[in-house]
Amino acid sequence: MLQVERAVVRYGEHRALDGVDLALEAGETIAVLGPSGSGKTTLLRVVAGLQQLDAGRVCWAGGDLARVAAHERHFGLMFQEYALFPHRDVAGNVEFGLRMTTSDRAARARRVDEVLDLVGLGGFQSRRVASLSGGEQQRVALARALAVSPRLLMFDEPLGALDRVWRQRLLTEIRSILDRAALPALYVTHDHDEAFAVANRVAIMRAGRVVQLGEPANVWRAPVDAWTATFLGFGPVVAAEVRDEIVDTPWGALQSSNRLGPGPVDAIIRPDGARIDHSGPIEATIVRTTFTGTRVELAAVSGTGPALTVVVVPRDAPATGDRVRLSIDPDALLVYPRQAD
Amino acid sequence: MNGTRAAGRAARVTRVAVPVGFLALFFAWPLAAIFGRSLRANALTDVLTDPVFRRVAWFTLWQAVVSTILTVVVGLPAAYVVARFEFPGRRLFRAFVTVPFVLPTVVVSTAFLALLRPGGPLAFLHWQRGVAPLLIAHVFFNVAVVVRTVGGFWANLDPRREEAARMLGASRLRAFRSVTLPLLAPSIIAAGSIVFLFTFTSFGVALLLSDPAHATLEVEIYRQAVNLFDLRTAAALALVQIVAVLAVVFALARAQERRAVAQRLVGGAESARRPRGRERVVVGGVLGATIVFLGGPLAVLVWRSLHVGGNWSLGSFRALGSSASATTLFVSPWAAVRNSIEFAIIATLIALVVGGLASVAIASRPGRSTRSLDAFLMLPLGTSAVTVGFGFLLAFRHLPFGFERSPLLVPIAHAVVAIPFVVRAVVPALRSIDPRLRDAATMLGASPARVWREVDLPITARAFAVAAGFCAAVSLGEFGATLFIARPDWPTVPIAIQRFLSRPGQVNVNQSLAMSVILMLLTVVVVLAIERVRVRDLGEL
Repeated sequence: MLQVERAVVRYGEHRALDGVDLALEAGETIAVLGPSGSGKTTLLRVVAGLQQLDAGRVCWAGGDLARVAAHERHFGLMFQEYALFPHRDVAGNVEFGLRMTTSDRAARARRVDEVLDLVGLGGFQSRRVASLSGGEQQRVALARALAVSPRLLMFDEPLGALDRVWRQRLLTEIRSILDRAALPALYVTHDHDEAFAVANRVAIMRAGRVVQLGEPANVWRAPVDAWTATFLGFGPVVAAEVRDEIVDTPWGALQSSNRLGPGPVDAIIRPDGARIDHSGPIEATIVRTTFTGTRVELAAVSGTGPALTVVVVPRDAPATGDRVRLSIDPDALLVYPRQAD
Repeated sequence: MNGTRAAGRAARVTRVAVPVGFLALFFAWPLAAIFGRSLRANALTDVLTDPVFRRVAWFTLWQAVVSTILTVVVGLPAAYVVARFEFPGRRLFRAFVTVPFVLPTVVVSTAFLALLRPGGPLAFLHWQRGVAPLLIAHVFFNVAVVVRTVGGFWANLDPRREEAARMLGASRLRAFRSVTLPLLAPSIIAAGSIVFLFTFTSFGVALLLSDPAHATLEVEIYRQAVNLFDLRTAAALALVQIVAVLAVVFALARAQERRAVAQRLVGGAESARRPRGRERVVVGGVLGATIVFLGGPLAVLVWRSLHVGGNWSLGSFRALGSSASATTLFVSPWAAVRNSIEFAIIATLIALVVGGLASVAIASRPGRSTRSLDAFLMLPLGTSAVTVGFGFLLAFRHLPFGFERSPLLVPIAHAVVAIPFVVRAVVPALRSIDPRLRDAATMLGASPARVWREVDLPITARAFAVAAGFCAAVSLGEFGATLFIARPDWPTVPIAIQRFLSRPGQVNVNQSLAMSVILMLLTVVVVLAIERVRVRDLGEL
């Protein structure tokens, strides 16, 4: 449906987008994941038509959008911190896009009622937007974007300003609304949990480029480089050496199913890769335990390496100071060519 | 999209070109005409070495300094009471104090003449025209500046500082002098600066209330240009005036910049409370005195306009339709009322369009070019009305299509004076709009024009309304510039009042009173409309 080809946006010397390629299939949600300044919001604005391209193009169903103004694209965009119209009530906000296309008041009112019901705000029509909680405001923003039945829905850090409970609830609702409407969507966020939860595919952006594009499970299993792995919150990067079939790490000689020729490498262990195993090759001391409710994160020190993170269920958690044996899943020991500093 | 882009560029060019073109034509050109005249044939040196000029310059400065000091002294007690005490009708009192400030100068002058002339309650003072009425009228006008600026600041000073000083053994007066006064100083200086600027460029009251021996620079410019028709000398005087005002404005801006740091250190806390014991006497006394001082002249004006030959009567108003007054004016006084209203509407429309376009240009692109546009648009604020009017007189003597005879020049001059107010009111409102609101509207299918209508306009409507009210009030009361450019057969109400005042005879006096009451009512209606908008939307004045 949507194709972004070699998109370039320059701000003076700086390239906010530096040759981005992205293709969105019908009914698919792609999460654009990256740190702030990586160009993900610029990408969104380019697709929306709010930002001009310096090179490359954006196409919809094969047609170039260069000559289609933002307000003629029929794309929906939900903004960070909602951007609701303060001078209109809830219904006035939701109705806004409908007023651009139809003068039939009754039809508009029906549609407003319909989408407000969809987002769980039935009866809120005449409330002032300033009187709503953050989560409610975000639902109004969602209803406003959905009311005009856009061809594509875009989200710019939609849950950024909300607390945990609201984030979870809205994330589930957004996902189910997108599924039900089979609406293609671009979802910009810096939070990988959010990206994995909402998207069919994840595009990871760094310095104006898409560095990896894939299904969440695949991206998680094999980040394309050490930077991406670190960005996803994986453990510390250590210097290691590949010999024969074995990787020499500061924690000892370990098996890896991620093959790389002999020589120096950067190694990272995925957070789900280390587990307590009485016959494991690593002997470690627990230096810290962090209880997070459903699980316990252990920091385990072994050899000269930095602390390893081991996640266990609370029932199995050893105490601080205990000595344990660990094994590393060969699939979770990621090795990358050594980065020149 | 190329069409849209070209349209966008055209819109951007328009909103810079229109205001710049308008002010270049109707502000810069008249000013240049003054410069040109004043540089001819040693006009400047002749004026600067003339002892008459020195006397005028000295008097202008002297009366401005004395007026400023008097205004601060009279305004401080009221500022204190408004800031520190809660009493019934406090908001009404604050609104009331503002009334004189927005009244036309001719109305205030007529009111003081009604007070001081034979038959008036203060006639026994024998002060009809001269320095004393001038100074008192200046105080009357500008007390609002002190009460509002200093009072607003005072209300935000934490009273506990003063209480702390009292606990340390300072007397009430000592605590005020050593704690409160230094903290208030920046706001007193700010208010005093504004009052100084207003009184330094005072024209209407100086012309109508002072005697010929005590002319200000403004009056002297008018006298030279219109009475003596010595354009060369008038131009040289105007140049001196422009330079002096710009120097004052610049010095004040610098002084305020330096003090801005100190002001930020003061924390805010609403501290008004009901007066207790002896304080009630003080509060009551200050309120009473202020109300009598500000309300008295206006009450006398109304009373005398309704009192003909010792009886209550509408005769003065009825005489406005008589043929005698028509010969004084060339037209019926009611025509002057109609002119004033029409000019006010036209001036407001011009100022809103030109100032509105400029505001959009200034607010949309922060940068050096818009900052200089902003500064350029503020220049009329630092230029006296007499200078503007005199510039018109010099520049527009021969225009294509006989435009120099067009009555439209009057509302255009009013718009020049009013545009800075529009920009000051609208730019902050436009800047306060979250740009994502415009993006959101665009994404919902609104074209750029529709975005402006649906987002920018409703959110800034209040600022535009306030600006419109201000423009209308300025135009209704404008006297200095109008006196130069109004055609004899197209007088405005202030011009009509001036003409009645300059003729002898009780009939003319009565008509000036009646016209002043009408103008006062017109202005009050407009200002009340503004205050309503403000009160409703901002809660506080």
